[in-house]
Amino acid sequence: MNEVLLIAGMTLVTFIPRYGVLALLGRLEMPKPIFRALRYVPVTVLSAIIFPDLFLKDGTLNLALSNSFLAAGIITMLVSWRTKNLLLTIVLGMVALWVWRALIPA
Amino acid sequence: MIETHTRRSEFIAGMRDTIPLEVGSIPFGIIFGALAVNSGLSPAAAMGFSLFVYAGSAQFIASGLVAQGAGIPLIVFTTFIVNVRHALYGATLAPHMKHLSQRWLLPLGFWLTDETFVVVITRYNQLDQSPFKHWYHLGSSILMYLNWNFWTFIGIVAGQRIPDLSSYGLAFAMDVTFIGMIIPQLKNRPMALAALVAGLSAVALNNVPNKLGLILAVFIGIAVGLVAETLLPNDTVEDALKPTPITEEIPS
Repeated sequence: MNEVLLIAGMTLVTFIPRYGVLALLGRLEMPKPIFRALRYVPVTVLSAIIFPDLFLKDGTLNLALSNSFLAAGIITMLVSWRTKNLLLTIVLGMVALWVWRALIPA
Repeated sequence: MIETHTRRSEFIAGMRDTIPLEVGSIPFGIIFGALAVNSGLSPAAAMGFSLFVYAGSAQFIASGLVAQGAGIPLIVFTTFIVNVRHALYGATLAPHMKHLSQRWLLPLGFWLTDETFVVVITRYNQLDQSPFKHWYHLGSSILMYLNWNFWTFIGIVAGQRIPDLSSYGLAFAMDVTFIGMIIPQLKNRPMALAALVAGLSAVALNNVPNKLGLILAVFIGIAVGLVAETLLPNDTVEDALKPTPITEEIPS
């Protein structure tokens, strides 16, 4: 992979939305429907990345108890929901993975 | 209390008010650096992500896509989709920054992140007539940038020294980080539904070539959320008028 090209492309598409609107000095009125749709971007993108990691093993659905990513992922969701604490969620999520793997080896 | 604001006092206050967010981003900087070099990026490219792209969640997502063998066009497009929310921040900040020259707008635009936005919009909205609020913005931006790059570097070094980090389930660190970022955002049913449908669609569409299933899943999720908003009028959408920062550590 051409890493220079990758970084250049990512830099450009990140800089444009950051700087572009500032440069237009607030003259731009964002259409409301786009505004509404954009709110869903962070959660849908992250969720679309996480779910395959949790549910799929080598490209096929794996709902077995030995799927430690799925089990620990569900535990992590519960921790985040109850605590809303990002750091605690990360720590307990990783601990859940290691404990689950120790108890139920793949 | 009458305070006299100087360039220097604003700059320092901007740094000071950013410290809580710095602390919160330390583990992510380290995890990003370690993950990136374990997902197939060279150490220089991992550092380049933080130096030039400088967008936490997009950097994680992009290195995840690199690990899955996605091509450059898809990674760049996904980065754009993830980062386009910054336009909302820009739209919110622009009225406060009308008087600034390009010499200010270019760097402050480049350094605009979720964290800096949350800190500086609070300052801009305060009623005092300090003419140096952009120095506050600059202080916050610079400290955030230095902090992120420093901890990325530490993470890259650690990721190279500790062989086969993946056997410790470090790939899962990204999943738990994302879960911890998403769950607090699911404040109403349309948002929760959008996330759930996007996730399940991504599983179902996993075999679509070039990871295009991910983008399709995102569009399906967004569409479901928007439809649900109209069908569930009791779930308020007034927070639509405020950009939603992706981080949880919002200073009070």
